[in-house]
Parts: sequence; structure tokens; C-alpha cells
Amino acid sequence: MKELTVISGKGGTGKTSITAAFASLAENAVIADCDVDAADLHLILKPKVKKIMKFHGLKIASIDKKFCIDCKKCHDYCHFNAIDEKINLIKGSCEGCGVCSYICPVHVITMVDRDSGIAYLSETRFGPMAHAVLKTAEEASGKLVTVVRNNAKHLAETKQKDLILIDGPPGIGCPVIASITGVDLVLIVTEPTLSAIHDLERILGVAKHFKIPAIVCINKYTINLDNSKKIEQYCMDNNIPVVGKLPYDNLMTKAMIHEQSIIEFSDANLSHQIHKMWNNIQGMLKLHV
Amino acid sequence: MIISVASGKGGTGKTTVATNLALSLRNVQFFDCDVEEPNANIFLHTKINEYEEICVSIPEIDKEKCDYCGKCSDFCAYNALAVVQSKVLIFPELCHSCGGCELVCPKDAICWKERVIGRIEHGQSNDIDFYHGLLNVGEAQAIPLIKALKNKINKNKTVLIDVPPGTSCPVIESINGSDYCILVTEPTPFGLHDLKLAVEIMKHQYIPFGVVINRDGIGDKEVEIYCQQNRIPILLKIPERQKIAYLYSKGIPLVNEAYEWHEMFGLVFQKIQNEVNK
Repeated sequence: MKELTVISGKGGTGKTSITAAFASLAENAVIADCDVDAADLHLILKPKVKKIMKFHGLKIASIDKKFCIDCKKCHDYCHFNAIDEKINLIKGSCEGCGVCSYICPVHVITMVDRDSGIAYLSETRFGPMAHAVLKTAEEASGKLVTVVRNNAKHLAETKQKDLILIDGPPGIGCPVIASITGVDLVLIVTEPTLSAIHDLERILGVAKHFKIPAIVCINKYTINLDNSKKIEQYCMDNNIPVVGKLPYDNLMTKAMIHEQSIIEFSDANLSHQIHKMWNNIQGMLKLHV
Repeated sequence: MIISVASGKGGTGKTTVATNLALSLRNVQFFDCDVEEPNANIFLHTKINEYEEICVSIPEIDKEKCDYCGKCSDFCAYNALAVVQSKVLIFPELCHSCGGCELVCPKDAICWKERVIGRIEHGQSNDIDFYHGLLNVGEAQAIPLIKALKNKINKNKTVLIDVPPGTSCPVIESINGSDYCILVTEPTPFGLHDLKLAVEIMKHQYIPFGVVINRDGIGDKEVEIYCQQNRIPILLKIPERQKIAYLYSKGIPLVNEAYEWHEMFGLVFQKIQNEVNK
């Protein structure tokens, strides 16, 4: 079984639209939305939820103030400033380490589960899907990403799928690392803007750091042809294959409004280009056997 | 006044709005808190002349004292320590520096060492006092860098914060303490969906907010309808134009190209002042 993650560094370059297109082209894949912060893939794939799982991220302190002797040790020892001088818990700051509970001489602090989100196992018109929603202002998105990936693996095994197609989050931090560790290939979707080029260099650094082969797609390449050339040159110099160059086309947005992937929505050049890129990637994934 | 610029969805134009606003105002302090992918200085061109390395503390085991009892790894909520036979493995990227392992160690075998996870940089250009953070490639935790940046806030200035995308911890850390938040979105189903998530955060953190619609005209009217129905002020609409996309691609701020943008962003600031003083 192979795993492909679509990432970008910079947000809004077209990860999810391209993942949706791949989902409609892949013949035997499980789809995983690992952008648990701001998941959008379900808006196109319209998953029918089959199973719901509660996600508990880090624990949270619970203080029973009735028996508190006001020694303030918890306040003094908390490295996250999550307990104020009046021994009130500041929920948003608690990282669930358990130091307060350990240090409390009268044992009035317990560490309890917090509902941090929900993970879903679903069915879509393109195959099974694993996805999740992180509750507002919760921590541990990396941990939830790992849950989604494990769910996807489980789906792939039970349904005998040979590919897991992962829509990754933007950035280079914790949820991104959780989305790419151990995958066979990452596709980095970039665009010909100075911001995206800057971010491309950083995300390529992350892929290299974790020793994951990376390939690049230049989306909306017609916005700035000079910058597109720069990206191609940069990739060539660093031995990174550019597997696709997609022109800017408002059809991508129109397809989104119709809740369809671009492949379903249109037979225009853009769809052909994506199809070509997908064939290319399929070949590469087999090469990595 | 502290104004943050956030979005939920990535790539909607946070940095465009934050940098153009900064260039339209006087006596501004600017913080690019998207330490994973900081881009504001591509538009502001501040000459960086100061930097500070940001460290976190991680445990170090004194092998002379350690008897491999395993209490530290049992306690660690982040699986940052593992004891295997006569060895303690430490996974620095997972450590939250809570100090728990040191507390539970019966042999007093744990001390702390500093580990660099990134840097914050400072520069000054015209009317802008500029800071950004750079998380080192391969590091997972953005929070300590964001905290270090926000320690530099000078409340006598107009403070602008460019917030990372998403809805989780780095976003909360960046927007906390703001007097107002600008939510930048685009008029598409993805934009609307993620705007609703961002609105939830605003309500959760009790921060007043308004919306900027970027790439206006590209999609549908649903974002506007949503804002009207929920009485969310629309502060500005930036139209979908090839020219604007091209300027962005080259790192050229809108206000440098046409003076009318200067006025429009000035008006956005006035609207925000009125909202905050209500």
C-alpha cells in the first residue's frame, strides 16, 4: 500500500482542489483529509459518515476547590501559566502535563479527558474516506492527524485499497510533520508568487529532513511566467521533478461551487493537464516499490 | 490598539491585508506570527538588523545518578522520554518543557539544557517597527516563537499581527489579547466554510471582528449573505483582478501601486477604530 500526501507550505495554492481531482481519477484509493484545522475536502466529496469516533487530545486539569488549601504550589509549578493566583484554571493555556496534579499536597487536582474533536470514517463516490474535525481552539492537531492516518490505513487494509491519498495542512509545523512522516511521496502544490516560492523552499527542507521524496506541481503558472520559470529552475537545480504545470483557470472555483472535482465538472484543458499529472504520479508511486 | 489579521483558510490574503494596512498607517508595530511560513517581509522589505535565537528547555539525564526506574517516562504526557533497559531516550521535538520528569525523578538525575527551535528577527523601515519569527525546518512547535514575538508588543503603537492559517493553538496564541480581528476570506465554498470556523474562534475568545472579502467576484455571493445574516461588518472588498494577482506574485503592495488603496486601507482602519470605541 502506498501513501501520497499533498502539501504546499503556503495556504491557498490549490491542495484540496487537486486532491479532489486525484480522488476522482484514482481507481483504488482511500482518501484522508489531514487538514483537521480547516478541513474542506468534504465540501467536494460529500462523505456519508459511517462511523464516528470521539477524539481526546491532551488531558486537562480539573481543580476541586472545595478542599484546596490555597498553598499555590500548582500555580508556582505550572510552566504554562495555566493556573492563576486565585487557583482558577485557564483552560486555553493548559497543556495537560499533569504537574499540578502531581504537586498538589491535598490531591484536589485530577487530569481528565477533554473532547478535542471527532474523527470520521466515511464513504464517498470515489471510495472510503477518513477525516476529522478539531474542536475550536483545541490543541493536539498533530495527534488528530495521526488518528486520521491510522483510520485511513485501517480502511485501506479492510477494503484492500492500494493507495492512501492525503490532503495535508498548510505550514511546516506539527500537523504537517504528522501528515508526511513515513509516506512514500509528497506532492508540493505551489504557485508562481514570491510568497509561495519562499514557502516552497521551506517545505522542501522539511521533506528532505524527514527523507521523503518530493515532487512539485506549479498551479496557476500563468499568473507570473517569470516566477514559474524560476521555480522550474530551482527544482531542476535541486533534482526535484516538476510533474505538472496548471494554467490559471476560474473553472477550478466554478467546480468547487458546484461541489464537484474539476475532472467531473469540465473536460477542458485544465482537466487534461491534471489527468496527465496523475498518470505521471501513478508511475512514480510504482517506481518507489 | 492591537489588530490581528486571521483567516482559517490559508492563502486568502491575510498578508496582503496586514501589509497594506501597515503601509497606510503611521507609528505601526508589525508582527508576522506565521512563524512556519512568514511572508510579510516580502512586501515590507524591512532591513533586518537584530535577531534573537529562541530556545526551549529539554531534559538531560545524568547517567551517574539515573537508575532507569522509568518514572519520568511514565509521567511524561507527551511521550518525550522512553526508558529501555539501561538507556533513557529523549525525543526533543515532543517535549513541552513542563518540568514533570524532573519533579518525579527520585534520584535527582534530570537537569535541563537549552535547544534552539528558531529565531525572531527585528527591523525598522519608515513608520514600521517590524518583527517576524522563523521556526527551524523540522521543528514542530510554533508556540514558543509566537510567545517570544508577542513579548515585544508596544501598546503605544498601532500593533498589527499577521496570524497563521488554521484554527488551532498557534492561531489562538497569536490572536489572544487583540482588540479587534480582521478575518480575510474569499467568496467561495471553501472560503465560507473556513470563515465560519474563524468566526467561532472569535466568539470563543470574545474578540470583536469584521470581514475583508478578497478576490471579490471570483465565486458566489454566499459569504456576503452570511455576513449580512449574522451582522458581521464587511470592512473591504478587494476585487479579483489579474493585475492584483500579478502585483502580489512580485511582492508589490497594492498601496505602492495606486494611492486609492492607501485611502481604502485608511478607511478600514477608521471603521475598526469606530467598532472598537463603540
